Amino acid sequence: MSHLEVVSPGILSLLQDGGRYGQHGIGLTTGGPLDPLAFKWANRLLGNDDNACMLEITVGGLKVKSHGLTQIAVCGAACVLKINGQVKALWQSHHLQAGDQLELGYASEGCRVYLAVSGGFNVPKQFGSASTVVREGIGGLTGKGLQAGDKLSITPLTAPHAVQLQVPVDARPVYESAVTLRVIPGYQEAHFSRHQQRMFFYHNFTVSELCDRMGYRLTGPQVSCDIEGILSEGICLGAIQVPKDGQPIILMNDRQTIGGYPKIGSVLSLDLAKLAQLTAGGVVRFEPITIDHAHNLLALAQFKFEKTQLEPVA
Amino acid sequence: MKIHVAGENALIVYFAEAVSDSVSQQIQHVANGLQGYVGDVLIDLVPSYASMLVIFNPLKTDHLHVRSLIRQAMHAPANREENNADNTVYLPVYYGPEVSPDLELIAANANLTREQVIEIHKAGEYRVYAIGFAPGFAYLGETDARIAAPRLATPRKKVPKGAVAIADRQTAVYPAVSPGGWNLIGCCPTPMFNPDATPTMPVAVADKVKFYEIDREEFLKLGGDLSTWGQL
Repeated sequence: MSHLEVVSPGILSLLQDGGRYGQHGIGLTTGGPLDPLAFKWANRLLGNDDNACMLEITVGGLKVKSHGLTQIAVCGAACVLKINGQVKALWQSHHLQAGDQLELGYASEGCRVYLAVSGGFNVPKQFGSASTVVREGIGGLTGKGLQAGDKLSITPLTAPHAVQLQVPVDARPVYESAVTLRVIPGYQEAHFSRHQQRMFFYHNFTVSELCDRMGYRLTGPQVSCDIEGILSEGICLGAIQVPKDGQPIILMNDRQTIGGYPKIGSVLSLDLAKLAQLTAGGVVRFEPITIDHAHNLLALAQFKFEKTQLEPVA
Repeated sequence: MKIHVAGENALIVYFAEAVSDSVSQQIQHVANGLQGYVGDVLIDLVPSYASMLVIFNPLKTDHLHVRSLIRQAMHAPANREENNADNTVYLPVYYGPEVSPDLELIAANANLTREQVIEIHKAGEYRVYAIGFAPGFAYLGETDARIAAPRLATPRKKVPKGAVAIADRQTAVYPAVSPGGWNLIGCCPTPMFNPDATPTMPVAVADKVKFYEIDREEFLKLGGDLSTWGQL
């Protein structure tokens, strides 16, 4: 069987496809890539389906050995990619032959790196998706992060490709250490007074150490709300919970599906991907937009992604 | 009924301020009406105590259309199946002392005996208000006020699979080993979440649940597992 053998999994490497949908009724969350744009570019470079299964590597440190001919692409956070010790470009396709060693250094800008192979990894789906959600023990090979010695099945290429492709430089996201998150106010926004809303929208917040695939806890001025809790209700991607301590928590892909903290609104998904690339100490500010504006932004982003042509590498 | 924006791809429908059987039925009615759109313009539905989150695909539709779908579903007549609904699920519970570390305290606080607490718990007819927290975790309500109990000040790191628990006026069965702060009063041998079974869960939101008591021998015969209870 052709496969990539995990020599070292790094800090946290997870198999992810587009995510698990339609399963909230039994309490399963969505999972999926935290930076969908970098994820989709990696698949696009290899001619894969948009949602084909790849690796999401947090921070870096992954080493794999190939047992088969394939193409790979690494997109996302800036880090050093080496194949057999030679530095290779990110946002570009490369060949990987049987016996080749691929190594990722640690991210210098951003923290989520995506490694895709031709055709995607062959991983059985659970509840419609291969995405790993560690908290649930669902997806991936065993419901956990990669372990040394894991074998990731690939469908080998019969012959190498003649041309390698890259994502045009101006289409690549830039990962900054301070980001503005556009917010669609909603849920219990009416329970946050005008003064509290101003506090929330006109101050900087800092990403705390408590940031993972489930949620990003921020620290900053205390934002208060005139209710303490609510009857537990469904939580959408990007929802901003404000517990009693007044420090917002932004809920990410592996969030609990229901919860009882008041919420001031939700972050635009395009900006959530930027937040997910921040680590502790990153700076965040919020900007309110309407849901109609959000829909325009999503449609434009999709249009731009579809219309951008990959470039052959000279 | 109020519809609020939740996010770029979600609306939340508030049916009432508090839980009741009629609210549960309304939520179920709207969920049934919308189910046909899931997988197309809708991505998922999250029914809960008195609300339902409706998640849609913003590249296929917009919030105005989804609002109209929700209103249509609300006003559609209930079909016969719904009127005869109320699927009741019976779950066996072993209430023995080895699996009920918090039963004494609940009894003491309520001036009741252990046996009375058990009687009250199993006499109740509960509604599945929501499923969440962990795969297969069903929030059942409401218990008799006499056996209501606040969450533990310090949650346990490892609550055994099958643990039957109470928090405030809610009761639940832990579907898998997990951390948890609810008061443990028994253990249910029926798997609450089995990824390899169809259906995955014995209960769904809006179902009714009744507990019945079994002894240790029957508990073990039904596949109950006592091995993790020693490590509480």
